[in-house]
Amino acid sequence: MPLPNKNSEDDLKLKAKIASSKFLDNAFQVIGVVTMILAILVLGTLIAKLFIDGIAQLNFDFLTKFPSSKAAKAGVYSAWVGSLIVILLTAAVAVPLGVGAAVYLEEYAEKNWFADFIEVNVTNLAGVPSIIYGLLGLGVFKYGLGLGSSLAAAGLTLALLVLPVVIVTTREGIRAIPGNVREAAYALGATKWQVIWDHILPYSMGTTLTGVIVALSRALGETAPLIVIGAVNFIAYLPENLLSPFTVLPIQMFDWVGRPDPAFQQNAAAAGIVIIAMTLGMNAIAIYLRYYLRRSIKW
Amino acid sequence: MYNQNQTELLKKAEVDKLDFFYDGTVHALKKINMPVFDRKVTAMIGPSGCGKTTLLRCFNRMHDLYPGNRYEGDIWTDQGINLLGRKVDPIEVRMRVSMVFQKPNPFPKSIFENVAYGLRVRGEKNRAVLEQKVEEALQNAALWKEVKDRLNDLASNLSGGQQQRLCIARALATTPEILLLDEPTSALDPIATASIEELIGDLKERVTILIVTHSMQQAARVSDFTAFMYMGEMVEFNETSQIFTQPAQQQTADYVSGRFG
Repeated sequence: MPLPNKNSEDDLKLKAKIASSKFLDNAFQVIGVVTMILAILVLGTLIAKLFIDGIAQLNFDFLTKFPSSKAAKAGVYSAWVGSLIVILLTAAVAVPLGVGAAVYLEEYAEKNWFADFIEVNVTNLAGVPSIIYGLLGLGVFKYGLGLGSSLAAAGLTLALLVLPVVIVTTREGIRAIPGNVREAAYALGATKWQVIWDHILPYSMGTTLTGVIVALSRALGETAPLIVIGAVNFIAYLPENLLSPFTVLPIQMFDWVGRPDPAFQQNAAAAGIVIIAMTLGMNAIAIYLRYYLRRSIKW
Repeated sequence: MYNQNQTELLKKAEVDKLDFFYDGTVHALKKINMPVFDRKVTAMIGPSGCGKTTLLRCFNRMHDLYPGNRYEGDIWTDQGINLLGRKVDPIEVRMRVSMVFQKPNPFPKSIFENVAYGLRVRGEKNRAVLEQKVEEALQNAALWKEVKDRLNDLASNLSGGQQQRLCIARALATTPEILLLDEPTSALDPIATASIEELIGDLKERVTILIVTHSMQQAARVSDFTAFMYMGEMVEFNETSQIFTQPAQQQTADYVSGRFG
C-alpha cells in the first residue's frame, strides 16, 4: 500500500485514527494513576487513623505488659509473643511440606489427569475461607490429635491455611527455571536429586521465600480460624510449651474492640499498629531476600 | 574405504539400525547407521526437522528426561557398551559423553563453580584437584587467559562467546570420551563463531566430537566426516571433502549446493 499524499483525504483519516488511539492511551494512563492514588489514600487513611487513635497508648510498656481489666494498664506482651510463636510454627511446618509437595509435583509426578486434578485442587484450596480451616483444625488437631486449644494446634491450622500458597509460589519459581539450564545439569551426569538440590531449589528460593513471607503475613492477621480452635483472649502469662493456651495480636485486638470502655479502643488501635509493624517488617525481609537471592540469577 | 589416514582410523562408536520415537508415536529417526571415528569431528547436517539434533541427543540419552520417548536399535562404543542398552544407566552414559547446547546455558553460579560442577557431581571434593582440573578445562576451552583473575565472578557477566566457551570447558572438565555439540555457534556473532571453530580444531586431538550444524560452511570448515540427514533418514555419510565435492546421492548434491533446505 503506498503512503497517502500529504493532506489528502486518506492522510487526514490516518491522522484522526492515530489521534483517537492516542487519546485512549492517555485516558487509560489517567484512570490507572487515579485508581492507584485512591488505593494508597485508603490505606494511608486507615494507617493514619490507627496512629491517631493508638499512638498515645503505644510505648515500651504496652509491649511488655500483660492484658488487664484496666485499659491504661493493659499491654500486648502475651499477644505478640503468641503471634510470633504461632507464625514460626506455621513456617516450620508449611515450608518443608509446601516446598516438598511443589518439588514432587514439578519434578517427579507424572503429568496425567491425576496430577491435573491435584493441581486444580491445590489452587482451589488457596481460595477456601479461613474459617473452614478453623473447623478442620478444631476437628483434626484440637480433638483428633488431642492438642487442645494450644499453640501447636494454632500453628498447624495456620500451616494448612498457607500451604497452598507456598506450593503454588514454589511451583512458579521452579517453572521459571529455563529448561536448558536443567538439561545442562543432567547432561553433566547429575541425578534427579542432585539437580533438585544443587539447582532447582537454590534458583527458585527467591520466589519461594517471597511467597512464604507474604503467606505468613496473611496468617499473622488471621483471627477467625484461631477463634474456632479456641484462642484465649485474656492471658496474663507467657506460654510454657507448645501445648500451652495462647492468644495472638488480632484476637487481643478483637477483644478490645468489643469492650464498651472507649479507653480500650485506643488499646485496640495500638495493637493494630503493632500488627502492621510486624507485617511491614516481614514484607521488608521478603523484599530484601528476593533481592539478595536473585542478584546472581539472570535468565 | 576412506582416503584420509586410513591406518589411524579407529571407530569410537557405531550407530546400528537406530529408530527413535518421540512420545511413543512420532517416528523421528529411521534405521540410522553411522560410524563415529575416534578423535575426528563428525558433522551432522540437513534441513530443519531432519533429525540431526534428535540423533545427537541419543548419544547422551537426553531423550530419557521426557516421558514417552523410545529408542530401538543400538549405539555401540569401542568398549562394547551399548549406550542405549536397557541395563545401561543414562547417568553413566552422560558421565562418558558430554554435551554443549545451542544457546549458552551457564548455571547462575561463579565461573569456577560452573566448570567444577561435573566434577562435584562425580564426588570430587579435593580443592586442589578441583582447581587444577578447572584450570585445565578452561585452558583447553581457550578461556583461561580471559577469566583467570575472576574465577569467582558470575558466569552471566561473560559475553555470549565466552559463555559458550565456558560451557565447553564445563563439558571438558570431566574428560569425556565423546563431546556433543548442538549448533554451538548459532547464538554467536561471527568473531565468537570463529574462535569456537578454531577451538574445535584443537580439541579433536583429545576427544571425539559430534557436531550438529545448520551451516554447511561450518561443517566443511570444521569436520572430517559429514552425515547428511533428511526426514529422519541417513542419506549419506562420508568424508567431508567427498560430501561437498562428489556426493553420491542426488539429494545430498542438491542440499550442499543450496538448492533446497
